[in-house]
Amino acid sequence: MEFAIEAEGLVKTYPKGVRALDGVTFSVERGTVFGLLGPNGAGKSTTVKILTTLTEPDEGRAVVAGHDVVREPLRVRQSIGVVGQKHGIDPEATGIENLKLQGHLYGMPRREVAARAQELLERFGLADAQKRLVRTYSGGMQRKLDVALGLLHRPHVLFLDEPTTGLDPEARADMWNEMEQLAGEEGVSVLLTTHYLEEADRLAAQLAIVDRGRIVAAGTPDALKSELRGDALVVELGASDDGRALAAVATAEGVREPSLDGRILRARADEGARAIPTVLALLEAEGIPVVAATVARPSLDDVYLRHTGRTFGAADAEEEQQ
Amino acid sequence: MRLATRQTLSLTVRALLALWRQPWFVAITLVQPMIWLLLFGALFKKVVEIPGFHGGSYLHFLTPGVVVMSALFAAGWNGMGLIDLMNRGIMDRFLVTPVWRGALVGASCIHAAVVILIQTVVIIGVAFAAGTSFSAPTVVVMLVLPVLLGGAVAALSNAMALVTRQEESLIGAVQFVVLPASFLSSGMMASNLLPGWIHDVARFNPVNWTVTAVRSSDWSLIGEHAGLLLALMLVCAWVATRAFRVYQRAV
Repeated sequence: MEFAIEAEGLVKTYPKGVRALDGVTFSVERGTVFGLLGPNGAGKSTTVKILTTLTEPDEGRAVVAGHDVVREPLRVRQSIGVVGQKHGIDPEATGIENLKLQGHLYGMPRREVAARAQELLERFGLADAQKRLVRTYSGGMQRKLDVALGLLHRPHVLFLDEPTTGLDPEARADMWNEMEQLAGEEGVSVLLTTHYLEEADRLAAQLAIVDRGRIVAAGTPDALKSELRGDALVVELGASDDGRALAAVATAEGVREPSLDGRILRARADEGARAIPTVLALLEAEGIPVVAATVARPSLDDVYLRHTGRTFGAADAEEEQQ
Repeated sequence: MRLATRQTLSLTVRALLALWRQPWFVAITLVQPMIWLLLFGALFKKVVEIPGFHGGSYLHFLTPGVVVMSALFAAGWNGMGLIDLMNRGIMDRFLVTPVWRGALVGASCIHAAVVILIQTVVIIGVAFAAGTSFSAPTVVVMLVLPVLLGGAVAALSNAMALVTRQEESLIGAVQFVVLPASFLSSGMMASNLLPGWIHDVARFNPVNWTVTAVRSSDWSLIGEHAGLLLALMLVCAWVATRAFRVYQRAV
């Protein structure tokens, strides 16, 4: 078994005619963290639902931990741990009760359940809170218990579906530290879905960018960024543009791919620091006021923009509106 | 098989702990039976004087009817627990573990059975306090058969919850089914005083199988009705396990 996960041409359409997945193909190497990055509604969660046997694809096939998700769902379930997007924990039960039930559902011997539960409670700093009802836990504690549930039976493949959504920055940083240790210590292969660029950048060794049910780019975060060649220029205009600014910037030497998003003008340049004065001079010549201008190394947001034609934030907001 | 039993037990413990932590749930479900037993019972006290009732008090006659109707309601609401699990994401977590679907249904049915047993004990207690009495065998039948009926209805309620995934639909279904099913039986009125068509319908009504068995002292009839209810419960439980497929196609 070379790959922990192999997905091939996954298609899923929901009853109302919403095509959630439109041919998703990727594979995850064993022992690595693979990130699925995309805005809300891109199809990440649907992919996870299919790979974790919660639902079946209309087309395509997937093999997880060496077993076909449609033909051998029970084998797949025994090999995977899932930390879902919604809290899958019972708030009206205590931490330890949640863990014990989970262990019993997997058929782990009682003594092993108790030992493993204590080990994980210690590890996630929940040992003192284990006899409290989960609804008294903070968001960060609930998330940690969620991860502990997913790890309890020592799965080969762990799914983390938006693991830090809704957490405050401190709890998020805390979770990132925990997750960085996962692949190393537990030796599990991890599929992480996220709509935080920073999270994907920091945690994933391999990455696939999902947009509207398709994978638009894949590779290591660094490789994806270096494909872009050069720096990102971002210029904030003082007023909405009537097209003159875009036209003006397009004439600048060494400046590529200019695009406009409201009052934000973006472009790429081999050497950003040199391009900025030229761009500013061109804009001034046109009498277009500039509020701010920045040069940055390419980010995953730029990668996303390049492949989908819209920025990540815009895509996220768009999906939320729908 | 051992794993399935263990999964069922663990899920049952979860459901019963939740019940134990919210005992007001049982208290609320007891309000309605008390109204039926004490107010309805008092209001229609004199119906037993109609020829066709075989003497005794109306309270004595009504108690099994109230026990069975309460069991129907309690079991009908059982699917709400499943919808709660779905809304909290707990159902999806269960479904990606190797849990046997029958264990989830079984735990729901046992949970319903415990609620029904508590209700029945309280209702019988109040009936005794209000001045009527039942023989020990009748009390046993009154405890066991409503549980079988309730198991069947709880399984159907679970199936309904899995298919509709909405509290509103389940509330509608329970309201739509429970009262008509109770009135299309001899729960409130002596069998030979029922209008002809209701009498005919009642023969096929599991509610009526339960009520007539509780009022009977003919053990072959009681056994036959218990067998029918048990069979019904198994069929309904099977339907509920199939309903998981519908749920998983929709999520």
